[in-house]
Amino acid sequence: MAELTEFIWIMAKIVAILVPLILAVAYLTYAERRVIGAIQARNGPNRVGPMGLFQPFADVFKLLFKEVVIPSNANRFLFLIAPMLSLMPALAAWAVMPFSDGLVLSDINAGLLYILAMTSLGVYGVIIAGWASNSKYAMLGAMRSAAQIVSYEIAMGFALVGVLMAAGSMNLSGIVNAQAGPIWNWFWLPLLPLFVVYWISGVAETNRAPFDVAEGESEIVAGFHVEYSGTAFALFFLAEYANMILIAALAVIMFMGGWYSPFHGLPVLGPMFDWVPGIVWFVLKMTIFLYLYLAFRATFPRYRYDQIMRLGWKVLIPVTVVWLVVLALMILAGLGPWFN
Amino acid sequence: MIEQLIFYVFALVLLFSATMVITVRNPVHAALFLVLAFFNSAVLWVMAGAEFLGIVLVLVYVGAVMVLFLFVVMMLDLNLSQLREGFMKHFYIGVPFAVVMAVQMLLVVGSGLFAPETLPEARMPIPEDVGNTALLGSVLYTVYVYPFELAAVILLVAIIAAIMLTLRRREGTRHQDPGKQVRVRKADRLRVVNIPSARRQSEQE
Repeated sequence: MAELTEFIWIMAKIVAILVPLILAVAYLTYAERRVIGAIQARNGPNRVGPMGLFQPFADVFKLLFKEVVIPSNANRFLFLIAPMLSLMPALAAWAVMPFSDGLVLSDINAGLLYILAMTSLGVYGVIIAGWASNSKYAMLGAMRSAAQIVSYEIAMGFALVGVLMAAGSMNLSGIVNAQAGPIWNWFWLPLLPLFVVYWISGVAETNRAPFDVAEGESEIVAGFHVEYSGTAFALFFLAEYANMILIAALAVIMFMGGWYSPFHGLPVLGPMFDWVPGIVWFVLKMTIFLYLYLAFRATFPRYRYDQIMRLGWKVLIPVTVVWLVVLALMILAGLGPWFN
Repeated sequence: MIEQLIFYVFALVLLFSATMVITVRNPVHAALFLVLAFFNSAVLWVMAGAEFLGIVLVLVYVGAVMVLFLFVVMMLDLNLSQLREGFMKHFYIGVPFAVVMAVQMLLVVGSGLFAPETLPEARMPIPEDVGNTALLGSVLYTVYVYPFELAAVILLVAIIAAIMLTLRRREGTRHQDPGKQVRVRKADRLRVVNIPSARRQSEQE
């Protein structure tokens, strides 16, 4: 009986994380269209509901009622399981995410490793979708995407190795607590090169502009999900945006002090903001990164494929390796206020 | 009770997918079943308390190695009928090898080296408050530092060898040199020429 109540309690927590997450995905698509519209001096969706706020729901219902077309000679089982395979890791990674002090579903010690393992699984959805579609454009998109994700995973992993060296812990709450203090105590300052590398490879990992060659519409129509329609396409869409939110949340936890306020521990300003719950700071910082995603898409032209590979292997990975050595020296020297 | 149930579910899926890897016809399906087998054994390791090893198995094998594997299998245009040809001919040579390998494995596993009382846990109790990763690291960089470094050097040699094998310098290809591209200045490429505009025909005459 005790096991059953515990089980129900865990399920309730999972729902409490997933429902706001899916709502956030819905409104991220709305924000994307509005923000890019504003940047391009047009309105964006503003017809459905007040200021177009119900547009995401209209989109969802439209996609749900559409037919899922399965191409002839496609591998039916793999074709249908691919969208789920890309969405599941994006959602599973949230299990170890600390939203505020102690507000975490599973406080495991190897949290950082778990996140890395889950984000590395997302590539299967892309590869299987490309192969099972039995279409050359889908296959080309999948190949590009897989090569890109595997390459940038290395740079991202190295950047996060720097974080775990600095924090001395792989527990995500432990990493945030190692950054306790005002804004200059957070890891973005001593790990600035790693932070930049993390963010660039995060954008590349999610296949977003300017690294969106996987669905470069001018070259290969829509890349790996060109044959998908209706609900199956919606799942890919959901996975992409859930991954964006995940990368933004990880950036906040690893480099921007998680749930701590930027004035934490300061003489006058610190107590002034003590009443703000930690999750508010967490979400505020996340929105900054999500806005960056949208601004990138509106302002940068798409990278060429060989340029992406050169940037990943010949620029980002050497930068991380050099900075890991510098970081080790900083930790040995006990450089304050981070490592003393 | 629930723990045992979870164990048996994952163990059954592991055995099933491992069998499918060698019996299924399509090589892509076989690779995907191998992914499933890796994933399930990672779950079993995590259940046994080896969370670091379990997660690293997913991270390295499922997340990187098998992706490249799938890549190659999908790119190769494998002829299935050619693959199945001569199965019976090789079968008679294969069986003795399989028997020898099975006997060897039985000898190693059954020799008592892997009995519960000889496990390091029994000889050296694991402290409760130290994480799996920290424990592994403290052993890897002290007691086993030489084997560990040796393995790293072997891997490095393998990396260099693999790169050298695929590195082909072909004459006559036009590679871009990004350094040159960055160093280019406006003056190198652009020449502003002042061309006098053409006069009207009436003026020319």
